[in-house]
Amino acid sequence: MLIQLGIIDYCLLSVYFVFVLGTGFVLRKGVGGTKDFLESGRSLPAWICALGFIGANLGAQEVMGMAASGAKYGIMTSHFYWIGAIPAMVFVAIFMMPFYYGSKARSVPEYLKLRFDEKTRGFNAVTFACMTVMSSGISMYALATLVHAILGWNFHLCIVASAVVVLVYIFMGGLRSAIYNEVLQFFLIVFGFLPLVLLGLKQVGGWSGLTRQLAVVAAQNGMAEGAWTHSWKYTGHVASNPMGIEWFGLAMGLGFVLSFGYWCTDFLVVQRAMAAENMSAARRTPIIAAFPKMLFPFLVILPGMLAIALHGGGVAGFSLPSKGDSLNYDMVVPAMLAHYFPTGLLGLGLTALIASFMSGMAGNVTAFNTVWTYDIYQSYIRPNASDAHYLAVGRAATVAGIAASVACAYTAAKFNNIMDVLQLVFAFVNAPLFATFLLGMFWRRTTGHGAFFGLLSGTLAAALHHGLSLPKGAQGGIKGGWLSIVHHYPSEMAQNFWTAIWAFSACLVATVGVSLATRQRRSADELTGLVYSLTPKPKEENVAWHKRPAVLGVGILTLALALNMIFW
Amino acid sequence: MILDVRLPIGLMFSIFGVLLAVFGLASDPAIYETHSLGINVNLGWGLVLLLFGLAMLVLALRARRSAPLTEERPRLHD
Repeated sequence: MLIQLGIIDYCLLSVYFVFVLGTGFVLRKGVGGTKDFLESGRSLPAWICALGFIGANLGAQEVMGMAASGAKYGIMTSHFYWIGAIPAMVFVAIFMMPFYYGSKARSVPEYLKLRFDEKTRGFNAVTFACMTVMSSGISMYALATLVHAILGWNFHLCIVASAVVVLVYIFMGGLRSAIYNEVLQFFLIVFGFLPLVLLGLKQVGGWSGLTRQLAVVAAQNGMAEGAWTHSWKYTGHVASNPMGIEWFGLAMGLGFVLSFGYWCTDFLVVQRAMAAENMSAARRTPIIAAFPKMLFPFLVILPGMLAIALHGGGVAGFSLPSKGDSLNYDMVVPAMLAHYFPTGLLGLGLTALIASFMSGMAGNVTAFNTVWTYDIYQSYIRPNASDAHYLAVGRAATVAGIAASVACAYTAAKFNNIMDVLQLVFAFVNAPLFATFLLGMFWRRTTGHGAFFGLLSGTLAAALHHGLSLPKGAQGGIKGGWLSIVHHYPSEMAQNFWTAIWAFSACLVATVGVSLATRQRRSADELTGLVYSLTPKPKEENVAWHKRPAVLGVGILTLALALNMIFW
Repeated sequence: MILDVRLPIGLMFSIFGVLLAVFGLASDPAIYETHSLGINVNLGWGLVLLLFGLAMLVLALRARRSAPLTEERPRLHD
């Protein structure tokens, strides 16, 4: 599938690059020290942080992955938003931001050090740093592969070009530059993909037409008519819905463990809220972000549903490319763009897609340089140096992080499996993390040893569960079952959710157990500002009611509930 | 604030809007028959982008006009 671009398309793309680099160039004047470079001077208004907060997460994996899931699983994909991200974002805003922003911590690992001990921080910092470099490398690889496939551009050139652009604007303007570009990219994605949804809906005959077409798709897959257009109705049994998961695994695994784990503990997103100008703005950041986030399913999942409906119904000559004997779901977005967008708008759509890859990379790079500088270099390699020295280290870490990403991109291109294995290992490390934070923040008795050994047990439990189970139709190995197979899951998704549930539970039990058996070395004084019961509640008398996190949070949750009911 | 983020956003989307709308006026209508259900999306969406871009610029310029009041010349009564 090769797309021919016109001059107008190249014009749009160039204008975008001029603005991305120009923003970095103007912002270079605002960088006076490490606090400006790595924390954006803690000076941004809530709405900018909020759009950066979702912009950083709105990488290409999200855009293309959610569309692919929309085609594969239908509206059930919305669970990633309506019981996944939204409640987690409200939780991090109301309950966790006071500790992240209020404590002296400059990063998530640093919070772990203040709350627990050095080894817990070191463990988190090192795994997180590796993970960010890998994710940004994989983004880069995916971008180059896609652009090579649909535009025919040179693979190596794409890697180098994307690396240089991201490097230049972060090197000049630091975190502020990354966040500004995430805001820019947020609007670009909205305006780039909205016409796709509108045109697709018009062709298929609105929501009712889509429902009719998807009933055919569901019937072809041997499921009830509404399996693609109802989010909860068919979750009573694993065999009756396309995702192959029942409501408990869905709500616990995805809703509670995975989503809370990501939105509440991943420094990549938390860093955006920590860049806010004050506590009130920091707490409002995830909540303001939740409003647009709630509507994203219509922007990123609907294209996938439309694609499979149009493909299945054979309307208007649209068909998805195939891969082997199944459909190539990853190509949903490019195929839809090529089908519906004439030259001109096509340039806008591709710019949005390329922007999403780059902001995914930039988000990882800014998280990496901060954790490296504060949590690894300043803590273990050279403490007590001057701020100018650490600023230079932060800049050097930006270059090194991007160089390492390039290396990862080429590793991914050479040995596809190695990257899959590494990603799996990091998933094991991340799965239990939320239990550690939950206990650390809400149970003052939790000790450093408890946290560290809890995390290890959780990781071990995740690995064990993965090694003993296998999704239906998969080969033993990278997909699971590498120890022996005691359980078959109906889908990979179900296996993921249950791995997370096991990891979380093991971490919870082990942390509590070890904490009870060890002595708390932190005094009540040291834990003030880090633990819920010992921290004064943020004062809200001067905050207008419509700016209070609790009020906004309840509003958001009500809307999310309404969406769940509408698409029940 | 060194740079109001609405400024680059407003400028970029205004330029996008003008480029798309002008191209929509000049382009061969046949491309819309094969792609976008016969609708001249370049013209229509170009105007939407232009409107959004201008709105962002207006907000940025208004904020800029009121900012020096609070930062450089503090009001007498507070």
